[in-house]
Amino acid sequence: MRMQRVWAWVALAFGLVYFFLPLIGTVEFSLRMRRGEYSLDAYRVVLSDPRFQQTFSYSVVMALCTIVVGVLIVVPTAYWVRLRLPRLRPIVEFVTLLPLVIPPIVIVFGYIRMYNTSSFLPLTGSATGTNFLLMMGYTTLALPYMYRAVDTGLRAIDIRTLTEAAQSLGAGWFTIMARVIMPNVLVAILSGAFLTFAIVIGEFVLAALLNRPAFGPYLQLVGANRAYEPAALAVIAFSITWICMGLIQLVTRFSRHTQARR
Amino acid sequence: MGYLHISNLQKSFGPTQVVKDFNLSVEKGEFISFLGPSGCGKTTTLRMVAGFETPSAGTIQIEGRDIVRLRPNQRNIGMVFQSYALFPNLTVADNVGFGLRVAGVSRAERAERVAEMLGIVGLGEYGARYPFQLSGGQQQRVALARALAVRPQVLLLDEPLSALDAKIRVSLREEIRAIQRKLGITTIYVTHDQEEALSMSDRIVVMNNGVAEQVAAPYEIYNRPTTRFVANFVGTLNLIEAQVADGPAGVVEIGGTPLPLGRPVQGATVALALRPESVSLVPASGRDVPLPAEISEVHFLGSVIRIRARVGTASLSLDTFNTPDAPPPPVGEQARIWLNPRDLMVLEE
Ligand SMILES: Nc1ncnc2c1ncn2[C@@H]1O[C@H](COP(=O)(O)OP(=O)(O)OP(=O)(O)O)[C@@H](O)[C@H]1O
Ligand SMILES: [Mg+2]
Repeated sequence: MRMQRVWAWVALAFGLVYFFLPLIGTVEFSLRMRRGEYSLDAYRVVLSDPRFQQTFSYSVVMALCTIVVGVLIVVPTAYWVRLRLPRLRPIVEFVTLLPLVIPPIVIVFGYIRMYNTSSFLPLTGSATGTNFLLMMGYTTLALPYMYRAVDTGLRAIDIRTLTEAAQSLGAGWFTIMARVIMPNVLVAILSGAFLTFAIVIGEFVLAALLNRPAFGPYLQLVGANRAYEPAALAVIAFSITWICMGLIQLVTRFSRHTQARR
Repeated sequence: MGYLHISNLQKSFGPTQVVKDFNLSVEKGEFISFLGPSGCGKTTTLRMVAGFETPSAGTIQIEGRDIVRLRPNQRNIGMVFQSYALFPNLTVADNVGFGLRVAGVSRAERAERVAEMLGIVGLGEYGARYPFQLSGGQQQRVALARALAVRPQVLLLDEPLSALDAKIRVSLREEIRAIQRKLGITTIYVTHDQEEALSMSDRIVVMNNGVAEQVAAPYEIYNRPTTRFVANFVGTLNLIEAQVADGPAGVVEIGGTPLPLGRPVQGATVALALRPESVSLVPASGRDVPLPAEISEVHFLGSVIRIRARVGTASLSLDTFNTPDAPPPPVGEQARIWLNPRDLMVLEE
């Protein structure tokens, strides 16, 4: 018994060291730009770099668009599958898992082949078209997370009876979606949204190969040419992810407070 | 033709026919119950009226207008569900006002109507609460108010009380009935609880295997069931296979005693039904006829004593009230039991 406990603690400690040591190392390194003392110089340089501001805001806008499109695609789909096509659920679930097993590089080469300037839909010919393509790519990458989050949210409410109740009160599909389904899976949507945000901010392959000024390629560029700034950027990117995770927790906690005991 | 008219309604799920040739005509303001065992098609029939299932055949008319082709949200039919189905994200007031808002009723008018409806169901103070802050009974009242707020032409309730405990069930069913009377709304109420159906309804539709076996007032259903199923399903019943002594004159024999039914019967034997409360150990009126019997079981149930007695080959249950000066007979005693032949119900198949 005692030995088992000891080993459990050892395993935990090893895990924590494995996880935190590089992180601590990175943070420590990012603070050493000024010789002989700790400073936030690296962060100052990074944050004042106009390319940082441009790429970061580009990626934020892309992330928000991706979230909107993802929600508009996923929520009605998951809802309809649960309501009317429960037998298709395994298939739909499988499809939503595909982005996890197909590497982004395959997706992006597919896009470039399908939508190049000599194709029937020359999306890569213009910046707007490429942005659109990139956003759809992001939506695909985020699909497994978004779908799972929303589907779990839908499971928690009796959507069939709520739908019928709304219908018997005269509501059409739009009202049902907007006033009954969406508000009741809002928490699930938000957690899906934060995951999507984290994915899009750090994504490199799609943005680089479609040649868009996103945050991921900028990270890579700085990383290849500078010493301390990449460490600062990594810490910033990591913090964003963690803030997203924290927000998911917060939202979940908050909603449990208002909608407990259904 | 009634206010709500259902004719030749059928529904099949794949090869299984769940509702077979259902006919019903409901008057305006009437309270109708669908009563039947689990799986007999009550919910399916109700859902076809609401528009959630498409009939395989048949018509449903309200005020002469066929509604089968209308979508549920175009039908103006209120629905109350067993699971309440309140919108968890909306307050009680917003739940009740949901249908009005969909219909584009102005905010002021809505508030007024919501307050009125909450007053009717006795929850005037609860408008600002969320559904999860209410008890089951309160939630179901909100659901009722929500369904009635839009002034539907017909109100449908699918076992609205079966998730509640016994006491609330009784008080709420009286309340529902009172509200229904007050608003004069045409109502169909699905239940598998016969006490509920008998106590609330203007008429009861007893369903079995997707067929309406009998449609009649509770008093009729209980006292003059027309089929063996109805007789068996509603209340407790003695079923007796009697020999026909004189068919045209309507005389049958039970355990050798001739009994005049007062109506002609056919065949060599006839199926009869008799309520336990119609049989007694002492004559209750001058018309009662004695039958020699042997007491086979005595069950003391408190205010009532249920006795089983053998009469020839038949076994009859009878109920007597418990009185301190008349102790029940011992098991095995030879006794005489009394019944009025006119209480014998002849069952068609
Ligand atoms: N969507 C469906 N697909 C296939 N069969 C169904 C469907 N809905 C109902 N049934 C079948 O139809 C029959 C009648 O169901 P229904 O729900 O109408 O019964 P009910 O009288 O309401 O019973 P209960 O008292 O248990 O609610 C049942 O045998 C049921 O299995
Ligand atoms: Mg049912």
